[in-house]
Parts: sequence; structure tokens; C-alpha cells
Amino acid sequence: MTALLDPTDPRPAEQTSEPRRSGPLSRRNLVATITTGYLPILLATAVVVLPLVWMALASFKSPGELLTQRPSVLPDSFAPTNYTDAARSVPFGRLFLNSAIVTVVGAGLKVVLAVLTAYALVFVRFPGKRIIFILVLATLMVPPQVSVLPNYVLISSLGGQDTYWGIILPGLGTGFATFLLRQQFLSLPLSILEAAEIDGASHWRRLTRIVVPISTPAIATVALVNIVFEWNEYLWPLVIVSDPHMMTLPVGLTLLANSESGADSYGIVMAGTVLVLVPVLVVFAAFQRYIVSGLTQGAVKD
Amino acid sequence: MASVAAPPMEVPGAAPGSPPAPRARTRRRRRPSRRNRRDYLVFLAFAAPNLLLIAFFTYRPLFSNIYYSTLNWTLGSPYATPIGLGNYQEFFSSPGTGRILTTTLVFTVATVGGSMVLGLLVALALNRRVRGGGFARAAVFSPFVLSGVGVGLVWLFIFDPVVGVLGAILRAFGSSSPQWFNDPTLSLVMVIIVYVWKNLGYAAVIYLAGLQSINKDLLEAAAIDGASSRRTFFSIVLPLLSPTTFFLLVTTMLNSLQAFDLLRIMTPLGRGTTTLIFDAYLQAFGGSNRAGYSATVSTVLFALLVLLTVFQLTVLERRVHYR
Repeated sequence: MTALLDPTDPRPAEQTSEPRRSGPLSRRNLVATITTGYLPILLATAVVVLPLVWMALASFKSPGELLTQRPSVLPDSFAPTNYTDAARSVPFGRLFLNSAIVTVVGAGLKVVLAVLTAYALVFVRFPGKRIIFILVLATLMVPPQVSVLPNYVLISSLGGQDTYWGIILPGLGTGFATFLLRQQFLSLPLSILEAAEIDGASHWRRLTRIVVPISTPAIATVALVNIVFEWNEYLWPLVIVSDPHMMTLPVGLTLLANSESGADSYGIVMAGTVLVLVPVLVVFAAFQRYIVSGLTQGAVKD
Repeated sequence: MASVAAPPMEVPGAAPGSPPAPRARTRRRRRPSRRNRRDYLVFLAFAAPNLLLIAFFTYRPLFSNIYYSTLNWTLGSPYATPIGLGNYQEFFSSPGTGRILTTTLVFTVATVGGSMVLGLLVALALNRRVRGGGFARAAVFSPFVLSGVGVGLVWLFIFDPVVGVLGAILRAFGSSSPQWFNDPTLSLVMVIIVYVWKNLGYAAVIYLAGLQSINKDLLEAAAIDGASSRRTFFSIVLPLLSPTTFFLLVTTMLNSLQAFDLLRIMTPLGRGTTTLIFDAYLQAFGGSNRAGYSATVSTVLFALLVLLTVFQLTVLERRVHYR
């Protein structure tokens, strides 16, 4: 790891090695050559990618291929038998629809609520705004698991079990998205908004005609991050849904794993897992830059 | 500021009789307050839905939990008996509690330490301009955005002593697969490994940003002074990264204490892996339906989180070198 600093600027490294006279095959040089190469990067990438590749391959393997003591890498055939079997065991089409509805509606409403709240916190006069913001921010410290039991009691007493609104509603209030968008809005040039105010633009106009259009990348980032969160959400839907037809994909996947629990049925379970993971991987591959920046914002203050 | 002539059309609430300019002085005095009032209404219209949802579904449960924790109450039953601090007495005197706290501590320290150290190593590897570096960065980060349930199942298949590839590799070297699923200690090791695998990309990307913001002049100066790379790393880079390290410590610790999906899917019964948060779930929804006791565990967990965060922000942050 020590040699990793050198490539940022090769010149000084040469200068130092000159007086020190380390031979071309000295231990230090050898280590540096190996670590400066692709090796560490390849290793890290392989450790991450190989398990996912293994999952994809296994989703095409028959029970016979899985039960052998020396597993082969490639499946005998790429016939989607496991996928059809998984869909027979658990209504995957319906689960996909449920997940899509919950994700789109949930993430969409969250973004709208967060945009409105962040605008209000930054641009609208109100007494005690600072305290309100701190309370919003503090929600990041409250683990969702802690609120599950009371919310379960409340939502089920209102008849929200096995309904879309019951799955979506408790997660709508959002501290994280509000926080990210507030950061973005604070960085906007105040002069434009003041000019708009002088021209008589209402808050609604200033929000929809100025703030939202120039913040589109930030809003897209927040939307993408919330789409990923919403798609993966597990504990709450697990608790509030018991009817298989109302389950989201991660919950349905649990059901599949429980009903296909033999060592020979991993192929079916991996097929289900592929259906859950691949949509997120596709979204991530397409919008990697936005998602990474959204999830790591606030870390580095420049 | 901009208190110049707000056009009349913008004041829908203005009294219809007032437009033909009353006395200038009263107008100037009253206008800001009216504008303020309008702003207050706008603020409420914009922010109230989100704030109410947060109050109702995030803050209210904290108080409900405190109330539930004083009850002997079976989830689903209409009857509950107030038992005061009985649940807390049970929690702090139960022999299982020590094990749960130890598990929580081991899991948190191992996952936070593991993902930060490995994350830093990966960040150092990524911190050089090589072809494919961007892809590697994205690949390493990707498990962080994947469903914990899916990731858990992928790794269950890898760890499986009978059909898992890990066992096959070990057998090829003449060893045999450890009993990951039956031995509680090994189960804990297993979920720690998978959790670190899933989360180290987050630490890596944040460390990478920290590394890239280090002033190159400093490294150059150190090199000219003849500092070894090891010395440069420990005396310059690591101290300069301390704000990043602090940020990661706070965020990854919060995340680790909230870990649930992986634990639930990989070890449904929680043998060896029952952390506080997993216990809160198992007590209420794991079959025994002990809602009052579950709320007690949740309350203890939340109190612990508040204490930890306050400690980190007051005591630890003072040791951080900000640039």
C-alpha cells in the first residue's frame, strides 16, 4: 500500500530512490512493482464480481449439477428451467409488479416531499427553522427497525395490512432526501431568486421555474438513491404483508428460499435472486456516477 | 431585502379596499408582517406533509416504544398489563442479554473495522490512474446498493457445507468445510464476512475522495525530504485523512448497528447472530409475539445509539485534524 502514493506524482519518487540506491530486484522494488500493477485492483474487483457471476451461473444449473462434490463452472444448458420453477413456487410476475408500484410511488412521493421541504427550509421565512432542520436531520440516527413495532400496531389497526398504502405510507417522511436537497439548494446563487422575487414570482413559481430546473441533477440523484432504497426495503414489507400476492420481491424471495430449502434447490433460489438483484445492477450500471455521489455526499467537505 | 413594490396580483389575501395606497408610513410598517405571515403559510404548505410524516412515523414510535416497554403485552392481544420496569429488570438480569450485547459488540467492531481497513486498502489501490479504474471503482461499490436479502442468499449458496463452492475449494486442498450454519460462532463469522463484503465499497469510495483531496505539494515535500512511502503514509496521509476516518466511523457504526436484512436471511433463528436489533425483531415477530419486551429492547438500543453518537460528536471529534 505504501507504493500507492508514488504514482500520483512519479517525479519525486525517482528523486528519492536515487540517493537510496535500491537495486532493481530489491524487495522494496519487487513489492512496489506488484502493488503498482493491476493486481490489487483486479483482486478487489474479482472478489466483488465473482460471487455475482457464480449466482448467475447457478441459476441455470439443475439439482444434479449442484449436488456433485466437484461443481463445474458452466451449467450444462442455459434453459431457464429454474426461472419457470421459481415462478411456479412464488408468483414472481405479481411480486415484480408490486415492487415496481411500491418503488415508483414511494420514491416519487418522497422526492416531491423532500423538494418541497428543502425549498421551505432554505428559502421561506419561518420561525424556528433551524430546530426543525435539526429534527429532520436527527431522523438519520433513528434506525427504522426501532419504529417497526409501533408503526405495525398503528397501520394494522387502520387496516393497512396487505395493502399498497400500508407498505408505502410509513416510509414517506424522509430526512435523508431532505438533507441532500437542502445542501444542494443552499449552493444555488441567491441573486437569481432575489431577482425573481423582485419580479413578483411567487414561491411556487420560483420553485418550479428556477430551483427545480437548475437542480435537476441533484434531484435525479436523490430519486435514484430512493429508488434503490425502496426496491431493497425488507423489514417493513416483511412485517406488514402476509399475503403472497401483496409481497415485494425481497419478501417473496424469503418465501421462495423457505419453501425451496433443500440443498438441491439452490438453482431455483438463485434464479429468484437474479430477478431481485439484476434490475438494481442495471440501474446502477446506467447511473453509477449519480448513485455513488448521492450515497456518499456529505463525506468530503471541500 | 427585495421589499420593492410587490405587485398587487401577488397578494391574493390583501384586503380589496386597500390597494389605493393608504398612508405610506403604515404601509411600510405593516407590509413585512403581512409578507411574513404569507411566508409562514407557504412554509407550512410546503413542509408540513413531510414534517408530519416524520413526526408520526419516526418520532412517535420512539415514545410508543417507551410506553409499550412498560407493558406485559402479547402482540395481537387486546389485553396488556402494566408492569412498570419489569421488562427492563428482565432485560438486564437475563443471562441471554450478555450474549446479545457481546454479539452486537463483536459484530459492530468487526464490521466497522473490517470495512474501514479494507476500504482504505482498496481506495489506495484505486487511487492511481489506470485503465479500467472507473469500472473497478463502480464494481467495488456495487454490492452496497444491492438487496441484503439477495446478497445473503448468494453467500448462503457459497458457504453451504454440502454444495457450496467454498467447501469444494477447501476439499480440493484436502480440508473440509466448516459447519457455518450449525456452529453459532462460525455463523457470526460468516455474516461478518458477508457484511464487510457488501459495505466495504462505501468506505473505499469515501476514502478515495479523501485521498484525492490531499494536497500533492505535501507529498512532494515529504519525498524531497527523503521520507519513505511508509513514513509518508503514516505521518502525512493518515493524519490528513482523519476527518474522513471520523465521518466513516460515525456512519458505518450507525449502519452496522442497524444491520438486519443479512442476519435475518442468513441466520433466520439468530443462533449466534442475535444482535440487539435482531432480538427486537425476533421478540415481536419471531413467534413469541412479546411486544412489550421487544419495545424494551428497541428503547435500550435507541438510548445506546444516542449515547454513542453524542460520545462520537463530543469526545472523538476533538481528536480530528481538520485542514
